[in-house]
Amino acid sequence: MVTEALPARPDIARVRSENGVIRESAGYRVFRVANAIVLLLVCIVTLYPFLNLVAKAFSSEGYIAAGKVNLIPMGFNVDTFAVVLGDGMFWRNYGNTLLFTVVGTFISMALTTTYAYALSRPHLKGKGFFVGIAVFTMFFGGGLIPNYILVASFLGWRNSIWAVVVPGALSVFNLLVMKSFFENFPAELEEAAAIDGLSTYGIFFRIVLPLSKAVLATMTLFYAVAQWNSWFSAFLYLDNKSLFPVTVYLRNLIAAATGTQDAGAAADAVQISANIQSVTMLLTVLPIICLYPFIQRYFVSGVMLGSVKG
Amino acid sequence: MSETRAIVTAVTGRRGRRARSRTAGGRLTWRRALARDWRLYTFLILPVLFLLVFRYVPMIGNVIAFRRFRPGGSILGDEWVGFTYFQMFITNAQFWTVFWNTVLLGGLTLIICFPLPIVLALMLNELRSSRFKRIVQTISYLPHFMSIVIVAGLVLQLTSLTGTINQIVEAFGGAAVPFMQRPEWFRTVYVSSEVWQTVGWGTILYLAALTTIDDQLYEAARIDGANRWQQTWHITLPGIRPTMMVLLILNIGSFMAVGFEKVLLLQNPLIYSTADVISTYLYRVGIQSAQFSYATAIGLFEAVIGLVLVLGANSISRRLVGTSLW
Repeated sequence: MVTEALPARPDIARVRSENGVIRESAGYRVFRVANAIVLLLVCIVTLYPFLNLVAKAFSSEGYIAAGKVNLIPMGFNVDTFAVVLGDGMFWRNYGNTLLFTVVGTFISMALTTTYAYALSRPHLKGKGFFVGIAVFTMFFGGGLIPNYILVASFLGWRNSIWAVVVPGALSVFNLLVMKSFFENFPAELEEAAAIDGLSTYGIFFRIVLPLSKAVLATMTLFYAVAQWNSWFSAFLYLDNKSLFPVTVYLRNLIAAATGTQDAGAAADAVQISANIQSVTMLLTVLPIICLYPFIQRYFVSGVMLGSVKG
Repeated sequence: MSETRAIVTAVTGRRGRRARSRTAGGRLTWRRALARDWRLYTFLILPVLFLLVFRYVPMIGNVIAFRRFRPGGSILGDEWVGFTYFQMFITNAQFWTVFWNTVLLGGLTLIICFPLPIVLALMLNELRSSRFKRIVQTISYLPHFMSIVIVAGLVLQLTSLTGTINQIVEAFGGAAVPFMQRPEWFRTVYVSSEVWQTVGWGTILYLAALTTIDDQLYEAARIDGANRWQQTWHITLPGIRPTMMVLLILNIGSFMAVGFEKVLLLQNPLIYSTADVISTYLYRVGIQSAQFSYATAIGLFEAVIGLVLVLGANSISRRLVGTSLW
């Protein structure tokens, strides 16, 4: 290497000593230790709210109200789990979340894959226009009220699952990621399929989709997690408690407990303990936390996929 | 937010491939294109219909900002009233309170939440142990996957009178502060929670950009005697500048819309004087008080500012540093 032939300089971070072992300047070593400590603190601060939540879920209310619970459960208590899990509405709303996620993800994927595939064909006439009408919606939109009038009055979707899963079905970001994936799809495969007599439909369903499983899995996860976590459209369009997703169940519980809510609904609020809130929150995040280690990789690759060509 | 951010690169990526289809004689006519590719066009029917109904119809629906709207009447309103509704909010003192709250909260979020992922990405990049790096990444991405309802719930618990933050305050001899009832604390709480939620995930694109910097540049700089800081300043930062600019432009474009859902979940009437922003105000007057036209006028005002900001930032960036969204 070139560096070996040069005389050592004191200001070079990594200096080769006479015996050939790589040594670092003192300043850089201090920096590295400080860097590692700061990053460790970042991890602790990120995790703390979750650990605190778990501790509160397993503590008794008295200790929480006294401000004694941090990382370790005080007055160990699992009865609240039985109370929350015994609430029929909780299960019902959990089931709704599952239903919304499955139906919503299916609609989103159907729209995104077909749109992205058509846009990825270089010979599509009017391609610029069809890309443009999608991209423009990222920077300008109709706003809350026109959307509300469309969905609630014009389409009459109040208290309907469609109000929750349809209006946000297409993410332009996901569309562009898929489009760039399909653009890189080996053209030879499709040409060979076309010569063998497959139509566009045949090529898409029998060649392209089966060979795109990785990107389809990533996009499915993107949509599924977004739908699982969403609450606002359900909050806006659904009035019937038995139709709520679990996020709205949780939102109403927290609002009733802390009085962040508007005056009307706060009237029927019973004092809901921090313990019950913690248990409900924990049960709501549990599926995501359990899946997280396995799905994180796909998410990162999805974001990267969108950026590789930039 | 990071999802819209990442887009940038996806949008700019389009530039490279420009295979335009031409027949031997010149441009393909629509008739021939449809005859040849009609199956492909059938793929476009549903998505384009979706965009028309759920994106462009509401855009047209904005005309009710200029028309009197009656529930049960036409969804495009009944009669023209010009700028009446705009005058209504421009002369309303409460509107200006929420307007400046929005600018302050959005500005603070931008100033604090934009640079921190860059710093974190640079710090992660200095780690020698790839195992530790992976652990830090995995942990710091976690909040991104949480529902806003959960995040708001955690914030309310931590800031409550018996929450951890007040335990620390009391441990140092202070008196417990009811943070979510004190207007002066809202911005701090909101921005902190925003940092907690977005800083880790925000590093992904920077870490990707960092891997594309040529190692030979560092080698050359070391030979010239550049120390670690000088290498960071003269090689690393210029190397990730296009990514930084694109994300900055997008953040500027969305800053009037400040995390509507989170603010809505965190705010309460006691702290409206700092915690009420345009989007939550228009939600209250529009949905809860059913003043549809008035709220639409406010929404249109906000959307136009957002569009102007993103176009302005984009054109400044193109002229100054040559980076642009399209």
